[in-house]
Amino acid sequence: MRIAVLSGKGGTGKTFISVNLAYVIKNAAYLDCDVEEPNGDLYFKGDKVIKQVEVDIPVIDHAVCTLCGKCTDFCKFNALAIIIDKVRVFSQLCHSCGGCKLVCPVSAISEVKKPIGIIKETEFEGHRVIGGEMNIKEETGVEIIDEIIEISNDIKDDVVIDCPPGNGCSVMGSIKNADYCILVAEPTIFGLHNLKMVYELTQVFGKKVGIVINKASQYKIINDFAESKSIDVLLEVPFDKELGLMNSNGEIAAKDIKYKHYFEQLADKLLVRRV
Amino acid sequence: MKKLLILSGKGGTGKTTFASNFINISKARVFADCDVEAPNLHLVSMIKDVKKRENYYGLDKSVIDQEKCIQCGLCKESCKFDAIAFTDGMYEINKHMCEGCGVCNYVCPVNAIGFVKSIDGEIYLYEDKQVFTTAELKMGSGNSGLLVTKVKKNMQEYIKEDDLVIIDGPPGIGCPVIASMSGVDMILLVAEPSVSGISDLKRIIKTATSFHLPIAICINKHNLNSRLTNEIIKYTKENKYNFVGKVGYHKEIIESINSGVFLEESSKAYKEIKEVYLNTLKIFS
Repeated sequence: MRIAVLSGKGGTGKTFISVNLAYVIKNAAYLDCDVEEPNGDLYFKGDKVIKQVEVDIPVIDHAVCTLCGKCTDFCKFNALAIIIDKVRVFSQLCHSCGGCKLVCPVSAISEVKKPIGIIKETEFEGHRVIGGEMNIKEETGVEIIDEIIEISNDIKDDVVIDCPPGNGCSVMGSIKNADYCILVAEPTIFGLHNLKMVYELTQVFGKKVGIVINKASQYKIINDFAESKSIDVLLEVPFDKELGLMNSNGEIAAKDIKYKHYFEQLADKLLVRRV
Repeated sequence: MKKLLILSGKGGTGKTTFASNFINISKARVFADCDVEAPNLHLVSMIKDVKKRENYYGLDKSVIDQEKCIQCGLCKESCKFDAIAFTDGMYEINKHMCEGCGVCNYVCPVNAIGFVKSIDGEIYLYEDKQVFTTAELKMGSGNSGLLVTKVKKNMQEYIKEDDLVIIDGPPGIGCPVIASMSGVDMILLVAEPSVSGISDLKRIIKTATSFHLPIAICINKHNLNSRLTNEIIKYTKENKYNFVGKVGYHKEIIESINSGVFLEESSKAYKEIKEVYLNTLKIFS
């Protein structure tokens, strides 16, 4: 089973839940798709095999270019502009659609590879760990996410996908091949509002969902929402300073007998094979 | 006029908590929420009536006219976003995958591909004595950066010369963050004492400074990990970044969020946030 862990709001505990869930599932792979702020490898430490991720961006042959403006007119992303006497490429804005090259009447445009980030892979106590990291100043890491998901298509074991926050294109890319979505929410009105947004997203894509309430407290707003939509609450993890401290230090809580049962309970609810 | 943007890299460190309290303390006249994928500031803003609501249109999406389509497959072949699928004997465009680049329309030999408008979100303007702009991205849409730019444009006409404008930013370091940074005077980074928080802080510092923007750093929930709090303070000192104070983890912050009222002025949380606010202003002016 491919289990995506998402939340809408940041900082609700996506990485905390995914790392520990992956740890208790037998041979489970862990994918870190939060390529803007990747944190999974702070828990699954180890030497990484690194691979560059590149995208195609246009390069203009100024000797051939007639400054006709067809490419700049075509580009919907404003990645090309005629400035003074040259067509300039703003590579950060380019979506690599290939349109400019197609419309150029004099074949003055070719494509070159531009690195936008890396994919890191390691093995941690029987778990395959794959994560991406977008280069600073890049606008989007969607291509890195796509590549991680592509790699994961061949994995036969269970897969846990740690998703980025929000409900935009990178979240969509991360849940593409997921069979199940765990929505991690904290019981605040912020958490609830963003949970509703991300729940809607999963429904558009027809995904099965369950909720994990992290930092559970006396506020039952998430439980009420789950009940109103008939969504399973798979697990509630109460706010616990010691657990928070462990997690903030980059320790895997599921290694501790005191906290292991939370994640075993979660794995059992999902009917996956435990370690 | 000065614009202060609040960012953090990592989500959930307390951006909105700082933004809402800064607005309350400074009696800011104009403020905005640029976290369009997970907006929350409207939930704590005192202005409740929306003055203006408008649709946000992203790039037009492609659509295939099945009557005209000769099923040559050129569009599917040319689409770099895998947005076109051949199912049940028809070529169809998945509107969630389509980025609206227009390549399929260009390559189609029989002009069977046209464009449709796509509502990718909603933009809100709240106004009474204060002006508040925000937006909400529709699920799964791209172009959140463009929507952020619209939110900021929307408030522009209301800003007066001596205003301190407070902007609540999105998490991460990608396009919505970069869009939120344009035109601001200073960025307050809210850090969290965790290994993730530190790693993300370093990435957002690199992003902000690469655009040559002045930054100040504060720590939220410092009492949850005093060892890492000290590590962050040491790091800011070593790199000569402006450190503007720390706020503890206080239950009353969550209570104030959930009950929709501002922190009481006598509370410890309020006092700590106010100190960060005053220190930030000092660097700012």
